[in-house]
Amino acid sequence: MSSSIGAASAEASPPRTVGHPTPLVDGVDKVTGRARYTADLPHADALVGMILRSTVAHGTIVGIDVSAARALPGVRAVVTGDDFAAPYGVIPIAQNEWPLARERVRYRGEPIAAVAADDRASAEAALAAIVADIAPLSPVFTAQDALAEGAPLLHRDKAGNVEREVAQDFGDVDAGFAAADLVRERRFHYAEVAHGQIERNAAVASFDPERGELTSRSTTQVPYYLHLAIARCLGLDRAQIRITKPFVGGGFGHRVEPLNFEIVAAALARAAGATVRVEQSREDSFLTHRGRPETDIRLRLGLRAGGEITAVDCEVIQRGGAYAGYGVVTILYAGALLHALYRVGAVRYRGLRVYTNTPPSGAMRGHGAVDVRHAFEALLDEMGGELGLDPFALRRANLIEPPWRTANDLQVNSCALAACLDRVEEASGWRERRGKLPRGRGLGLACSHYVSGAAKPVQWSGEPHAVVNLKLDFDGSITLLTGAADIGQGSSTLLTQVAAETLCLPIERIRVVAADSALTPKDNGSYSSRVSFMVGNAALRAAEALRDTLVEAAARTLGVAATEVVWQGERCLVRGTDRELDFASVVAAALAGTGTLTVKGVWTTPSEMQGGRFRGAAVGSTAGFSYSAQVVEVAVDEETGAVSVEHVWVAHDCGFAINPLAATGQVQGAVWMGMGQALQEETQYHEGLALRPNFLDYRIPTIAESPPIDVTLVDSLDPLGPFGAKEASEGSLHGFAPALTSAIADATGIRLMALPATPDRVLDAIVRRRREARLESMRANRAAAAAGERTNP
Amino acid sequence: MGTRLLEVTVNGRTRCDAVDDATLLVDYLRRSVGLTGTKQGCDGGECGACTVLVDGAPRLACITLAASMAGRSIETIESLAAAGRMSPLQRAFHEHLGAQCGYCTPGMIMSAEALLRRDRAPTEDAIRAALAGNLCRCTGYVKIVESVQAASRALAEGER
Ligand code: FES
Ligand code: FES
Repeated sequence: MSSSIGAASAEASPPRTVGHPTPLVDGVDKVTGRARYTADLPHADALVGMILRSTVAHGTIVGIDVSAARALPGVRAVVTGDDFAAPYGVIPIAQNEWPLARERVRYRGEPIAAVAADDRASAEAALAAIVADIAPLSPVFTAQDALAEGAPLLHRDKAGNVEREVAQDFGDVDAGFAAADLVRERRFHYAEVAHGQIERNAAVASFDPERGELTSRSTTQVPYYLHLAIARCLGLDRAQIRITKPFVGGGFGHRVEPLNFEIVAAALARAAGATVRVEQSREDSFLTHRGRPETDIRLRLGLRAGGEITAVDCEVIQRGGAYAGYGVVTILYAGALLHALYRVGAVRYRGLRVYTNTPPSGAMRGHGAVDVRHAFEALLDEMGGELGLDPFALRRANLIEPPWRTANDLQVNSCALAACLDRVEEASGWRERRGKLPRGRGLGLACSHYVSGAAKPVQWSGEPHAVVNLKLDFDGSITLLTGAADIGQGSSTLLTQVAAETLCLPIERIRVVAADSALTPKDNGSYSSRVSFMVGNAALRAAEALRDTLVEAAARTLGVAATEVVWQGERCLVRGTDRELDFASVVAAALAGTGTLTVKGVWTTPSEMQGGRFRGAAVGSTAGFSYSAQVVEVAVDEETGAVSVEHVWVAHDCGFAINPLAATGQVQGAVWMGMGQALQEETQYHEGLALRPNFLDYRIPTIAESPPIDVTLVDSLDPLGPFGAKEASEGSLHGFAPALTSAIADATGIRLMALPATPDRVLDAIVRRRREARLESMRANRAAAAAGERTNP
Repeated sequence: MGTRLLEVTVNGRTRCDAVDDATLLVDYLRRSVGLTGTKQGCDGGECGACTVLVDGAPRLACITLAASMAGRSIETIESLAAAGRMSPLQRAFHEHLGAQCGYCTPGMIMSAEALLRRDRAPTEDAIRAALAGNLCRCTGYVKIVESVQAASRALAEGER
């Protein structure tokens, strides 16, 4: 990784840019209202695109008559499923969704036709004039119904409505349980949850029929996937398409997959030969969904008396919704990250991803692993209680030590979970306070981890995992060109810091141009927490390459060997002398004879980080795992079942915090999102009809009920991460829910097996326990009385 | 549905525009006036992203009819920066990462602006109460509270 010049620059001062809290490079635009998001783009001439949705959850499309709609004034284009060349799907082997339904509809709200018109009123009139003849089929709404014998099939090629069945076995599970001192099995249930990014979905697409060019700007996390999907669905050459990403108002996984409205906007633009703006409502984004699936888990663990995990046996069923989407990957993640956090003896994992007539689930922050993390940590906590082990001691009994190969063949190069545990134990006052809090108050602990980017991208092309270009020009400014999509996480800032640090230059010299397929190198996108690690590494290498070039130019000018140049960015020196050159002179020397400089840096994940050899082994593999421990303090009102989170202490091993400000903010946001899912968020359907497609009924926590979240960032200096950095967000989401339910158990003795922990669920559990306690004491009294009668007749 | 002439002050400038009776204030600002700093995050009254000040009081522009604004004074996020310089709240949200994706930010800052005009040194509870109608999905709100507190301190130190 380091060049011959590296030795020279190592004499430079300690890090000046990385490791320092750095406000976002695009932050001023955001706070002043100048930032333009997709819906803000000025297009006075844009047509209004609108989508017609199915009111039937499952049915055969007999016909869609658009002739009346087409004839209405102001209507410029009408498209249906027949206007597309191919179905799409984020995973190349599972593309079974049409941007507008063909032949069959499979969920209520599925797009079936779309119009582009001069204005909203004309577009609405056109939608109303479309006659959709759909013959209903019997629907299945739950995984259980979908799996039942004789259930109607959603997809002809998927018997039993099973999208993917996973069976993975590592080690001798039966022997593991036989060796255990305590074995327990529990069942858990998790509601479906949604991303709830505050920006509504929108796309602006333009088509120039003279040149055959399509441009799209859209609320996407992965412009590259959208590029591929539009080419495929519209039958266009990829070179005819340009995708740019404006400011994006959050993603959390909702915008990783290409989504129907984006592809539809492109189709409308082509059909109309114009610019079409499709703005989706909040309700639409709930119908488009792609959130975390409803999940049922059966988990059995075996522990030795000292807490060591001897065996894991787990079965996961995910209600995937109507189409494949990311399903295969989600069900594999659940297995891969179920147990890889700890040293475990043996593992049996069975996963089922099931098709149902509900909106398709997809990737959501903490992809696939959040619900299994809850089940695992919750059962550990309960069993630790039975064994008389403190939750910290129980975790410490199962720590891995890097370098480590997990039971499922994942490589771990750095892990500071032990330090994370120490930090939160101390910060929360665990030893002094646990067990001594007033009634209704409790403390709970959980651990978690996550990947820093999937080692095998789903679009496997043999290319490096990330590419960054740097352009240096006559003005002495450096443009960093990256396809990475900053969606609020601060990736553009981080890449700027990495390049500035490597070049020893102030960040003001570096400007980021991101996510425009005509300008920037392809990037696999912002998902699986890959950008800091992978694109950061590419930026590091690009900056090293540029530094090498500049040092050589300086050496030529100064008439010394490159190794004699001490590179300090704004100036450089000849070692041991006071001869120096300023940056402008170095730039002039470097450009003389060659002109504008463009250098490239790439990152490829080493093959030993890409997982084992079994089927599905790639999922879960990564070049760097983050680790996290958190303690949650709750107050439970036993009269109402209301749970309030009083405080969270979290320690996150992010390898090295390149931007501690952003890393802290990301960890806080992730923990808090875990809180929303754990406490109150859940979608709900009636006969496939979304009942909570808005922010009043789908209850994201407000600032009024959100706790202080104290973050400690822990260094582990990953050997492969840029400056040692790893993922700094998703890993801390997983731990919240189990820490919460363990805290509720500490406060009340109640163990919740179903989330979210809404007041009704908590109160039910409290009432049930009271009733059981009463029955118990009645039985005891009766037995005592009977015994008394026998002894005193 | 009729159309009328609306005379209204937007960010200190008085203007006169033809608006439909049914036009919402958020659409008037974003489409007619061209001020896209005010955001829309929901289908009406759920998220606070569209918060603007009307005669100094916070108001949800997505459930306000533009026609009802005759003679009123509206302030949007674009009004806060003076001569291109960030206001204390904007600076605080920038420096303390009160904005991640930035989509809730204009509404959040306008709600906080109304609060700080009322109470330059609000308690944490008062901050949380004043912003309870503004949803943010990125920050967990921790740094939003810190940003408002930092702006309050800056005001106390007499910035601007
Ligand atoms: S956009 Fe006005 S409250 Fe959501
Ligand atoms: S910063 Fe993204 S919604 Fe608040």
